Amino acid sequence: MAPRPGESGVLSVESLKGAPGRFRKESAIRRVFFAAAATSILISALIVLSLAGEAWTFVTQVDYSSLWTDGWFPRRGMYDVKTIFVGSILVTIVAMFVAGPLGMGAAVYLSEYAKPRLRRTLKPILEILAGIPSVVLGFFALTWISPEIVQRLNPESSLFNLMAAGIGVGILTTPLVASIAEDAMRSVPQALREASYGMGARKVTTSTKVVIPAAVSGLVAAFIIGISRAIGETMVVAIAAGATGGSLFNLNVFEPGQTMTAAMASMAAGTDAVKGAGLTFQSLFFVGLLLFLITLLLNVSAGRFVRRVRQRY
Amino acid sequence: MPPEARTKRPTAGSGIPASRANVARPVARRGGDPASSSPVFRLDDLSVYYGSFKAVRNVSMSIPQQQITAFIGPSGCGKTTLLRCLNRMNDLVDIARVEGKVLYHGVDLYDEQVNPVEVRRRIGMVFQKPNPFPKSIYDNITFGPKVAGVKGNLEEIVERSLRRAALWDEVKDRLKDSAMGLSGGQQQRLCIARALAVDPEVILMDEPCSALDPIATGRIEDLMEEIKTDYTIVIVTHNMQQAARVSDMCAFFTAEINEHSDTRTGILVEFDRTETMFSNPQDERTENYVTGRFG
Repeated sequence: MAPRPGESGVLSVESLKGAPGRFRKESAIRRVFFAAAATSILISALIVLSLAGEAWTFVTQVDYSSLWTDGWFPRRGMYDVKTIFVGSILVTIVAMFVAGPLGMGAAVYLSEYAKPRLRRTLKPILEILAGIPSVVLGFFALTWISPEIVQRLNPESSLFNLMAAGIGVGILTTPLVASIAEDAMRSVPQALREASYGMGARKVTTSTKVVIPAAVSGLVAAFIIGISRAIGETMVVAIAAGATGGSLFNLNVFEPGQTMTAAMASMAAGTDAVKGAGLTFQSLFFVGLLLFLITLLLNVSAGRFVRRVRQRY
Repeated sequence: MPPEARTKRPTAGSGIPASRANVARPVARRGGDPASSSPVFRLDDLSVYYGSFKAVRNVSMSIPQQQITAFIGPSGCGKTTLLRCLNRMNDLVDIARVEGKVLYHGVDLYDEQVNPVEVRRRIGMVFQKPNPFPKSIYDNITFGPKVAGVKGNLEEIVERSLRRAALWDEVKDRLKDSAMGLSGGQQQRLCIARALAVDPEVILMDEPCSALDPIATGRIEDLMEEIKTDYTIVIVTHNMQQAARVSDMCAFFTAEINEHSDTRTGILVEFDRTETMFSNPQDERTENYVTGRFG
């Protein structure tokens, strides 16, 4: 035991220094964790840099008239970005028409209506849905959603179509939206629900007039993150939307089309020829950078909303 | 307290359902014998369980009209549990279950046909922590009337409720501001105003001042004194001085430890006029508690 100043009569700086090894050990541990954190940031930075480099080459060398043509055929030098951008938007809109109501509805049910035991059963099932490999869902979209739903609704629809792809992406996005929205609603204090019930409000009134307005920032965030996920989804679209080689400009969701992600995947998948034809290779990086910026913007704005809801309580 | 708050009373035909305002009720004599006027609540051998845990057992008592009845006692003696049986708030807890009867003007609140939503419109509640909605002051007050489908003049209800809760003068120029910007004491008075806006007959208060400073507490106590001419109030409090100051009737609860399971079950020890409870309690446990020797 260290001598107490009262007993030995002296208290020096030496006696309060502690063991020297301990300091070294702590600083080593700190460096390891710092390295882990720094690496992940570094990787992100490298990704952006590699995108930006090739994208810059594309922007500086491309013939600008080729950016506004009738379609996206990069192998033929037609880089009509609006075709695949609109393709992405169409798929995302369809997806959010599925994931929005389904995800929000599931969230309201899980948070407000389900008894605790039922919630403990349902939530893992929902999360299993989130774990379905997107390639499996892509085949589901192509072989079931497209013939059984889309072509029944619209017999003139082609087998490969943006609608089926969008529904598939929506199913894939639903668990994410539901999970975030449920968290937002569950973070609304129980005291507010009690206040509402205490005034004779029914459950449906309490959910719609108290809980949902109080959680609205989180719900908006859930929706935005859903959009961001839907825009970034690749496999389902690559399989179910068709148009692998390129796509004509198309606003009809019952026709084949291409999204930004699918365009990148189909160009890069198993073809040595990608590099050959002019700026084809670089165009993919340009699209990638665009995608990156869109999702970054969406995620940052979602983060803002989440922070706003946290501040309130 | 502003003078107009003292004189303003709910009037019939002002948009509030004419449920009580124009119905003559027997006026209980202040501090009178509770048995002499018809009680608002009669609890008959009431026990409350959470799952297999017995939280309160065999409580029988009558709560008189237009008086302030206080529930006092140490922590964990079931005061809040019992209070929340009076407007079926315990229904929100899945595993809660009652045995015995809660008669409200002779009607069993736990009858199968009784809708808890209707019960809570007549029996309002103010909670331990101020819990205004994250909406404007105006929207907080109008929430209840809108839920109840009141078509009348909402502005009038807002003003009357806020005046009744002695908050009008402080907030009349910022009714559209968020209620979250009010101080704790103002928020609690807003919650009282919100409860008054649906014109209940009874107001249950679950330690309404426990989160407030002494000045804010004093204002709430004045307010309770003020509104009890129109409302029956049941208040749970940890604060014996508060019970002595504001209540007409007082119920002392304590917890008995169950030998086998090491859990506590609340029991009603004594229920009487507040003066009697504090000056001449019949039960030794009450005396120990109110003189500060226990709890």
